[in-house]
Amino acid sequence: LVFTEEDKYSLYSNLLFKYFLAEGVVCGHDLFVASAKEHPDNILKELPAPLLDDNYRNKLGEETTAKSEDFQDSMKIAWRYQNLPKMEASPTTSTKFGHYYDLSKKMSPELLQSIKWHSFYLPEKLSSEPKMKTSNMNSAYTRLLQSIQQIIHQEGFDGSDPQKKQRNILRIGIQNLGSLLWGDDICSSDSPEDSHSLTKFLYVLRGLLRKSLSACIITVPAHLIQNKAIMERVTNLSDTVVGLESFIGSERETNPLYKDYHGLVHVHQIPRLNSLICDVSDTKDLAFRLKRKLFTIERLHLPPDLSDTVSRTSKQDLAESAKLLSSGCGAMAIGKKHLDF
Amino acid sequence: QGKFTLLRDTRTDGSFLVHHFLSFYLRAGCKVCFVALLQSFSHYNIVAQKLGVSLTAAKERGQLVFLEGLKSCLDLLFTDEEEQPGQPHPLQFMSESPSNLKALFDFVRTSLTPSGCGSWQGPVLLLDDLSVLLSLGAAPVAVLDFIHYCRVVVCSQLKGNIVVLVHSNKDSEDEENELLVNSLCHHSDLILWVEGLATGFCKDVHGQIKIIRRVSLELTAVQDRVQIYQYKIQDRNVTFFAPGLSAAVL
Repeated sequence: LVFTEEDKYSLYSNLLFKYFLAEGVVCGHDLFVASAKEHPDNILKELPAPLLDDNYRNKLGEETTAKSEDFQDSMKIAWRYQNLPKMEASPTTSTKFGHYYDLSKKMSPELLQSIKWHSFYLPEKLSSEPKMKTSNMNSAYTRLLQSIQQIIHQEGFDGSDPQKKQRNILRIGIQNLGSLLWGDDICSSDSPEDSHSLTKFLYVLRGLLRKSLSACIITVPAHLIQNKAIMERVTNLSDTVVGLESFIGSERETNPLYKDYHGLVHVHQIPRLNSLICDVSDTKDLAFRLKRKLFTIERLHLPPDLSDTVSRTSKQDLAESAKLLSSGCGAMAIGKKHLDF
Repeated sequence: QGKFTLLRDTRTDGSFLVHHFLSFYLRAGCKVCFVALLQSFSHYNIVAQKLGVSLTAAKERGQLVFLEGLKSCLDLLFTDEEEQPGQPHPLQFMSESPSNLKALFDFVRTSLTPSGCGSWQGPVLLLDDLSVLLSLGAAPVAVLDFIHYCRVVVCSQLKGNIVVLVHSNKDSEDEENELLVNSLCHHSDLILWVEGLATGFCKDVHGQIKIIRRVSLELTAVQDRVQIYQYKIQDRNVTFFAPGLSAAVL
């Protein structure tokens, strides 16, 4: 269960969401898209087109067959870095994991039609009555859960149909969960009426994911949720939590530190499944940038501090950020005071 | 015998302790009731196999009673059949309000009361983790009541042990959780507090563990004994060492 905290205007989190779905299309997985804001048909029309190169295709062919042999009833985690080019200045291995996408082109409709996809658009579903016991959860969440459970059961993702030989994976994408459009008021008030709906929903969703061959990504406008306790509980209940912080409209946009990047990526939690330890990467400071065709996540590099005439405020900023970063650059002045010799 | 151990983690994941206690008690021949709310059975099974214990075999010979929260909440919510009378679902509190954990307690009690067949060493209740109960709609007081009833039955009557995992954070905004954790700390015989290092992330030292033996509960005017170690988690093992003496440093 990949949980993404959206950035302020949710530009970039939508991009990640689309990458996840596009990867599903290219790998031949089934998709389930749920949204209360935008009709899933429109979301699917805007997926980026894959960059297929002959070299890539050969290597990827090996990987997709390996994936389809994974018959365990365990969840497949969608590891977010799979679509993106390797980070700079890191010892790169030659394995290609996932596909690359060209953001300037849209995915062709034929490619979309080659997979089976299901959609859940909340305004359409409000008229039907939920069949499952409501368990005093928000009714929109109840309907969504019921819909997911039906698809999983009908299409045999939970192993209920023994005759089906070719098992496939279901990729579930839920956009903008927890916002007002889902009927949940955690974004608008400090002490919401029903503070347990979202966490209960996540718990049951996790149960569904564990029981079937599916992976899920959820984007949530975390900056709008007033009650931070809910965010802590939600982090506990998810496998992977990634936060995107974009620089648009904040003071960091003009900070020379961050001039090459459009935002930061905070990895709050990574899954620790089936083993005592988890695979922690070396670096924890990642930033992303959106070039015309590509969305990349890289290690945050500080530009070298060459000039003497930098004003005091930005020096302080740099110093504070240097404290926060675990991979500091040698040329930085650490500490708040700038020593003049 | 009859001890209540609290596993507490802050800013890091203390679940390696749960795996340890699970395999430890199974190897010692105790009857274990494991209420696993956070992860699926196969996760615990795979880790236990790395530690040398097979959970499926333990389940088959009746030594382990496993409540898989994730699976059983699906049964609760998605099946249309009538519930069997007299057998309320242990996670029933999720669908009723005001929530009351009595059904869960009954489940624990029936699974740990010796039924006559198979003689095991003392019963053990293992809970992973308690903070999830709050997320599912139980009030903190209900959770404390549940723990209290479990202690009465498991620790006092059956002379067994209880091990519970909770998450906490000093500057957490989750007041209900902090209330729960503080209250449990006062009543525990042994607290294992796992924390991430204050200085930040490190590859070789994953965190530090504080072992607090609550000798003060025995009314002998002796203060609690506190020991601090640092640890590193490996694939099949966790190594502990005195602070500052990690293998990477020496």
